[in-house]
Amino acid sequence: MKVYVNGEPREVEDGITVKGLLEHLRIEPAGIAVEINREIVPRGTHGKRTINEGDRIEIVRMVGGG
Amino acid sequence: MEDLLRIGKWTFRSRLMVGTGKYSSNDVMKEALRASGAEVVTVAIRRVNLNSKEDSLLNHIDTSRYTILPNTAGCYTVEDAVRTAHLAREALGVDLIKLEVIGDEKTLFPDTAGLVEASRILVKEGFTVLPYTNDDPVVAKKLEDVGCSAVMPLAAPIGSGLGIRNPYNIRIILETVKVPVIVDAGVGTASDAAVAMELGCDGVLMNTGIAGAKDPVSMARAMRLAVEAGRLAYLSGRIPRKLYAQASSPIEGMIESAGPV
Repeated sequence: MKVYVNGEPREVEDGITVKGLLEHLRIEPAGIAVEINREIVPRGTHGKRTINEGDRIEIVRMVGGG
Repeated sequence: MEDLLRIGKWTFRSRLMVGTGKYSSNDVMKEALRASGAEVVTVAIRRVNLNSKEDSLLNHIDTSRYTILPNTAGCYTVEDAVRTAHLAREALGVDLIKLEVIGDEKTLFPDTAGLVEASRILVKEGFTVLPYTNDDPVVAKKLEDVGCSAVMPLAAPIGSGLGIRNPYNIRIILETVKVPVIVDAGVGTASDAAVAMELGCDGVLMNTGIAGAKDPVSMARAMRLAVEAGRLAYLSGRIPRKLYAQASSPIEGMIESAGPV
């Protein structure tokens, strides 16, 4: 199925969880935040929360800034 | 007695807060942070790069040593600023936020109406809000009234290095609010930081002034000393300004003057 991760279209397997998506993208979960359709997915629920077709996912972390 | 800075539930010994942007390398940044003596460091929240393996900033900032203060830089609406604060809290596990709602791309001056609104929302949600604001005492009071834990007026535009453009407004802000006043943005060199502290500000936050210097590590040390010197001078009570001279040496006991012949 097609989803959008940080604005980019991506093909992922049906029923994938947030945890699965992070592993697929090789993103370490420490220090990141995940949002699906503008709602935060709390760290503790990454393994349970499944992603649906067309979901818009944001994955952010801290970078240098003032 | 120790001279501590209290912001919300936090207590700091250092009154210098520094940014982590614009450094030539993580090593220079780390050294500069150390030299600055800062306990609070600011960071931004941005998308993970999906197409290349990244060296996380987390690997370079000792979070047991520094309090991380995420910002909402780049946000032009209340909605984006609030959303970014939520992401920062989730990513970093802190409910401390340096709130920016920018109103204009060229000057990066804050949208103060949006700033007050976003502050109100985030304070209600339990955030410790440190808003980047104009040097406007009326806005500073509104920010305090909605529950901000400090107000952070700019000295001059972000990254401009122009120093404190309106010390009188900063003084009025200091008289107007009870929460800590931290000058944020526009500091170009050590004397600018000292002036802020001599005015009675509770702290100074800067990024470009250090990161953009030719030698960021020694500038970080200069800023540390300036903030300490300015604070000490403020607490010591400076002499009043006088138009004419007042001799430092006694008038009595002078030798007999030859006088005019």
